[in-house]
Amino acid sequence: MSIEVKDIHKSFGAFKALDGVSLDLPKGELIALLGPSGCGKTTLLRIIAGLENADYGSVRLSGEDATSKHVRERHVGFVFQHYALFRHMTVFENVAFGLRVKPRGERPSEAIIRDKVHRLLDLVQLDWLANRFPSQLSGGQRQRIALARALAVEPQVLLLDEPFGALDAKVRKELRRWLRRLHDELHISSIFVTHDQEEALEVADRIVLMNKGRVEQIGNPHEIYDEPATSFAYSFIGNVNEFRGRVEGDYVRVGEDVLAHGQKGLADGSLVVAYTRPHDTEIVVDGAGRTGISAKVNRILASGSVSRVELVANGAAREGRTDYFEVELTPAEIAGLELETGKRVRIASRRLSVFAEKS
Amino acid sequence: MLARRTRVLPGFGLSLGFTLAYLSLIVLIPLSAVFIKTAGMTFDEFWTAVASPRVVASYKLSFGTSLLAAAINAVFGLILAWGLVRYTFPGKKLVDALIDLPFALPTAVAGISLTALYAKNGWLGQFLEPLGIKIAFGPPGILVALIFIGLPFIVRTVQPILEDLDAEFEEAAASLGANRWQTFRRVVFPTLLPALMTGFALAFARAVGEYGSVIFIAGNIPMVSEITPLMIITKLEQYDYAGATAIASVMLIASFVLLLAINGLQAWTSKRQGRTS
Repeated sequence: MSIEVKDIHKSFGAFKALDGVSLDLPKGELIALLGPSGCGKTTLLRIIAGLENADYGSVRLSGEDATSKHVRERHVGFVFQHYALFRHMTVFENVAFGLRVKPRGERPSEAIIRDKVHRLLDLVQLDWLANRFPSQLSGGQRQRIALARALAVEPQVLLLDEPFGALDAKVRKELRRWLRRLHDELHISSIFVTHDQEEALEVADRIVLMNKGRVEQIGNPHEIYDEPATSFAYSFIGNVNEFRGRVEGDYVRVGEDVLAHGQKGLADGSLVVAYTRPHDTEIVVDGAGRTGISAKVNRILASGSVSRVELVANGAAREGRTDYFEVELTPAEIAGLELETGKRVRIASRRLSVFAEKS
Repeated sequence: MLARRTRVLPGFGLSLGFTLAYLSLIVLIPLSAVFIKTAGMTFDEFWTAVASPRVVASYKLSFGTSLLAAAINAVFGLILAWGLVRYTFPGKKLVDALIDLPFALPTAVAGISLTALYAKNGWLGQFLEPLGIKIAFGPPGILVALIFIGLPFIVRTVQPILEDLDAEFEEAAASLGANRWQTFRRVVFPTLLPALMTGFALAFARAVGEYGSVIFIAGNIPMVSEITPLMIITKLEQYDYAGATAIASVMLIASFVLLLAINGLQAWTSKRQGRTS
């Protein structure tokens, strides 16, 4: 089922949780709502589910206006971060709940309920736990049961609110691969909320990146990572080296140093932020040229196939920074440059992205 | 020699010893005195004391009205707790404090004010009397007094559980298609049930033992509105100490058995919910 959200506004008192969000999500995809905490992603999910009402704007599910529909009538499956399994019911009864509360006319017979619940429990690979109570399960098992429960009513959309947020790292990784496989099997339109970029990049077909109640960028993981549309998208996703300066022709001037930007249409003298990924960052050994940010090697972290070099800028680029610049090189490159701690070098970039600084 | 098991928390022996000594001094010794005094009677004497028609009528009245009052309180106490937890309204703090009033009020004060209210010429009594409803000086009056003193037990035991009940459970039920009533019956109520039963047991126990507030409004008509504690007092006033303790021991055993049954029921529901306690 396609999901269309138009110009949603929502405030909690003076706090603007959502400030004009519009989305048009096609059918059958697994979509991640990604953003830092407080960006409004959970609120948006709850508005789509009907658990929260927007102050303004509309929600259409399968082309049908659902804005004023109650959550009961929207046919969405909702999975909560803390599972919200009914504690006084067995796993079986939890999954059967949605079937048992159907109006008398639509309610399936006991035999059909039994059959369906066991099929769902098979699907989440936990049929052997049918007679346990939720308190006897691990976090990962509970979340899978919560998912089976949501699927029991055959929802048109599956909405997951930080589904792996309460789990430890290893289970989280396992479960998100499992979710991806499950989605490939069922092809049910799904949206999950996460603040973990790695999770979004790994699992989702499409990522909606949000910040401060607005959508920053929508795209597939490749686009989000490699072609960030905004300064926020750049700094939020992945590791990044950041420089603040002023445009001077083909260069960005940072204090005494300059960086070639290779972009057109930047107004001379405008304040900008420039970003480059660690693997697009180069180290130039002193004397080879005049461009690049003058810096000193702080530490070389050589382990695995990629080595990371931490650098401290000497000049103005250092101002306001607490962390190091980071460059990723192969061990062979490091040997070729004869890098060692304390060596003076210049930082340059193969791919610099420049955004106007918001004043 | 047995190896002494070492514990992380010190003072186990001392604190256990103190607990047992204190419990014996305050609770067990007075209780056993009841039985020891009773044991001095022959069986015939005992039987005449505890099974005379007037006393049997008082058992029925005491336990019957107490159960009914606790049941009524369970229903309305739950509604009250629900209102106090789920909604905000002006004066909520004040209403919340009022709930505890029956705890704090001397029972005699409660008894006198309820009597004044429901008597033939009282504020409410003057309207009820012409309708043929007689509350004061009869079993209905006892019920009213017992409801009054038992209410806080239900509200105060249910309230914290209700406060802890995350809205998520109700949202989950709604997203699965349950309507409000189904959500309450299948999700909220079973969660509250153990607390409700604790409250019921407490309110019941208190009602069985209540004397002060009941005695003014009951009318104390033999065979009709005499509660068991009054029978004990009556025996004492006749210097029939053995008779008084005989009735007391019957009450004690009956209350104990009932509380045990309710606790058992509560443990069973908890277990059914997969809780380990």
